[in-house]
Amino acid sequence: MTNFLKVFAFSILSVGAFWGYSNFGIPTIIPAPPPVEEKLDLSAMTMDQFISLGEKIYNGKGTCTLCHNSMGRAPMLDTIGAKAEEHMKSPTYKGTAKTVEEYIHEGLVKPSAYVVAGFGKAGSNDTESPMPDVTGGGIGLNEAEVAAVIAYLQSWSGVEVTVAIPAMPAAGAEAPKAEEAAPLKTADEVIAKHTCGMCHTFKGDAASLGPNLSKIGKKSKEYLRQAILDPEAVIAKGFAGGMMPANYGEQLKASELELLVNYMAGLK
Amino acid sequence: MLTRNIRLIGGAFLLAVFAIFMLPAFTPAASASETAASAAVVVADAAASVNAEAAGGVSIPVPQLTASDYPTIKGVNSRVAVWLVAQLHLWFGAFVVAVPMFVFIIEAIGMATRDVRYDNMAYEFIKVSIAAYSLTALLGGLLSFGLILFYPDLFKYMAAIFKESMWAYALLFFAESAVLYVYYYGWHWLQGGNKKWVHLTFGLLLNAVGCLLMFLANAWTTFMMSPAGLDPAGVFHGDTWAAIHNFLWNPINIHRVVANVAYGGSIVGAYAAFKFLNAKNSGERAHYDWVGYNANFIAIAALLPLPFAGYYLTAEMYAYSQQMGITLMGGVFAWIFIIQAVLIGALFLSANYYLWCGMGRSEGAKRYYPAIKYIAIVLVASFLVWFTPHTLVLTNAELKSLGGPYHQYLGVLGIMPAKNTAVNFLLLGTFLSFMLYRRANKVATVSWVKAGNAAQIALFVAGAINIMILGLYYGYFTNTVYKVAASIPQVLTTLVIIIASVVIDSFMYKGAKEVAPLRWGRMSNRSQYALFLLAVSFTWLMGLMGYVRSAIRQHWHVSNVFRDNSPDAFTPDLGYAANIVSIGTLIFMTMVIFVFWLSTIGGKHVVAKGYWKEQA
Repeated sequence: MTNFLKVFAFSILSVGAFWGYSNFGIPTIIPAPPPVEEKLDLSAMTMDQFISLGEKIYNGKGTCTLCHNSMGRAPMLDTIGAKAEEHMKSPTYKGTAKTVEEYIHEGLVKPSAYVVAGFGKAGSNDTESPMPDVTGGGIGLNEAEVAAVIAYLQSWSGVEVTVAIPAMPAAGAEAPKAEEAAPLKTADEVIAKHTCGMCHTFKGDAASLGPNLSKIGKKSKEYLRQAILDPEAVIAKGFAGGMMPANYGEQLKASELELLVNYMAGLK
Repeated sequence: MLTRNIRLIGGAFLLAVFAIFMLPAFTPAASASETAASAAVVVADAAASVNAEAAGGVSIPVPQLTASDYPTIKGVNSRVAVWLVAQLHLWFGAFVVAVPMFVFIIEAIGMATRDVRYDNMAYEFIKVSIAAYSLTALLGGLLSFGLILFYPDLFKYMAAIFKESMWAYALLFFAESAVLYVYYYGWHWLQGGNKKWVHLTFGLLLNAVGCLLMFLANAWTTFMMSPAGLDPAGVFHGDTWAAIHNFLWNPINIHRVVANVAYGGSIVGAYAAFKFLNAKNSGERAHYDWVGYNANFIAIAALLPLPFAGYYLTAEMYAYSQQMGITLMGGVFAWIFIIQAVLIGALFLSANYYLWCGMGRSEGAKRYYPAIKYIAIVLVASFLVWFTPHTLVLTNAELKSLGGPYHQYLGVLGIMPAKNTAVNFLLLGTFLSFMLYRRANKVATVSWVKAGNAAQIALFVAGAINIMILGLYYGYFTNTVYKVAASIPQVLTTLVIIIASVVIDSFMYKGAKEVAPLRWGRMSNRSQYALFLLAVSFTWLMGLMGYVRSAIRQHWHVSNVFRDNSPDAFTPDLGYAANIVSIGTLIFMTMVIFVFWLSTIGGKHVVAKGYWKEQA
């Protein structure tokens, strides 16, 4: 029993030492609380306020300073505006930007378009950036926030601020994503929501921008499904390719796609 | 001849079984860049997934929760409750997965050497793990209930994605239990000849199933850190293997296997120390001294490669997400690595101290005593470098007088190149202690002893200089990019020294003379507390690193995909975490000592005279 108590006391002392050191031997850093979505009234903002908003996002929600700081983890951005023209002319540039504003935007959403020498992902020979798309994942900036960051970076790097304050709402007021909305119940709802009628005629012989679908039911369901999901697979005679959006696979829910396919299969 | 062939075939079969279980863990995971597919591919994938959905496939969106979606029970802090139970489950789980690994090896050594002491020791270790096994299962059940009760939507989401592997996990527990019980209860039945081989096969199966169980559970944990198999909107479309084989799965698997062995070694070391302190006679003392030495050997053997496994895991975290890596190493958690340095320093110092005390068992060790103080100086100096923070906690006045947050001389010791150099010296120092201990009671008889010793000294000196130059030159005089990259040749240098020294020693001491019989049991009681410190430090360290591994997800259940909107979504600071880890460690140590005590009373047989009716 004595040994049991000795061992127990020794364990408590050891744990106590580690606990004490962690609580009193090192500085207490309170991690930032989870970011809260703020509702912003962009319509009442001046450009200076918009630039300040960009600075706040740059240092906060955007988590840009985690890497873009003096520790050399990523290039400093205080010269991004001045160097944009040079970078766009570089043989390693893979983007499509024509202006400084477009270049910065590209840098935020497609960071691998241009990778500053020495800052690429390990093993990628500076062809791939380790930076994530700021509109996705954990950062999740919306269009207005991206614009504000561009305005701030233009201002900070001493070039003309060309970005306009968007009319759209900022954080917290986005339309629900397709995945979040409840599935539609009828084919008419699907056609209305995805504005298929803008280009196609479903009833009657009226001419339209896209092929007339009033007798499309002669085709197989597989053909119809493919035509919606991959419209470039077969181009109808007399119509140019590249007109129909190729992202219905992302936008439609499975049940909605089936509603549409079944509806079209009945058009004979 | 027939028996030999049967054994060979049996051995090949064992290897094949083991390989089948282990193979999935070592196939490459999709890279981070592959995970982030291009827009064109995403469209095609989405189209395909809608097709799959239409064809009866899976589509599991990410739940959007609010605080009201998290049930509460008055008086229970759900986050702390789940944290503590999960951590206790992990500690016991690590122990019961690890013990069969070295029990298998010890049993095999016993079979090869025909030394029954190894067989007895292996049996004793598995006996300790039996009670711990029940506690692991109970805590696992409690954890499941905790998650269902307090985080039902998270559990539902995870179960929807991993339903096949969760079902397999539950069924594998039956297999694990069956094999464990046959292995344990059949120990004395399956003895001698081919029976012993059958028993060893059960040991291998036990390890294979145990590892598979751990790998499956690791997949759920790592999916929460580096989710895979999801489309850009976070919707899961049924590719369970992609979700299992996520970016951090293998790094965690490797790290946990190595760490578990070191941890299991430290816990059975504490068991041996407990028994040594309670020994009733010199025979028992000698036995448990020997068991403690072997346990410490296991812990050190796994502790040496552990920093490399940890380094690989961290590098992979950076590769997966630079943000995650920087949050871990350079953000709010940076100070955790100073605490880690203290704990690992405690581990190395206590393990070395135990080895030095162990030299007292040998008459031949006296010649190495002078070297110990130099090894101690290297270890303490390395520990202090590892422990030196980069920035200092200063008042404004101190900051002003210092001219910045970095100390003029000590500041340079705070960065990674200095710490990488220190940890390599710490490893070499520990290895040297171990090598001297192994040599202590032997006198080499080969003709090339002087040359062999000279080669080893040259190896150590050249290696140490190389590590130092790599640390100094690449750490301080070249581009930032090379600072961390230089750690790889440093590690390789250490490994070369260790492997080459072991090879030279094994040839040089082949057929060596023994100075005198080792006096097992000639150890101070104080030395046994080094084994306890090893176990406590390891437990606390595992708790701390478990906290940081989980906390780098910050306010996400599943990183950047499934947000944690519970009232406890905040990231706890280090002090808070230290409180929980300390409480957990004390609960665990209490339960472990209870397990030790159970194994003690299991062998007692009291004759209650006059209590039972006399039988005719």
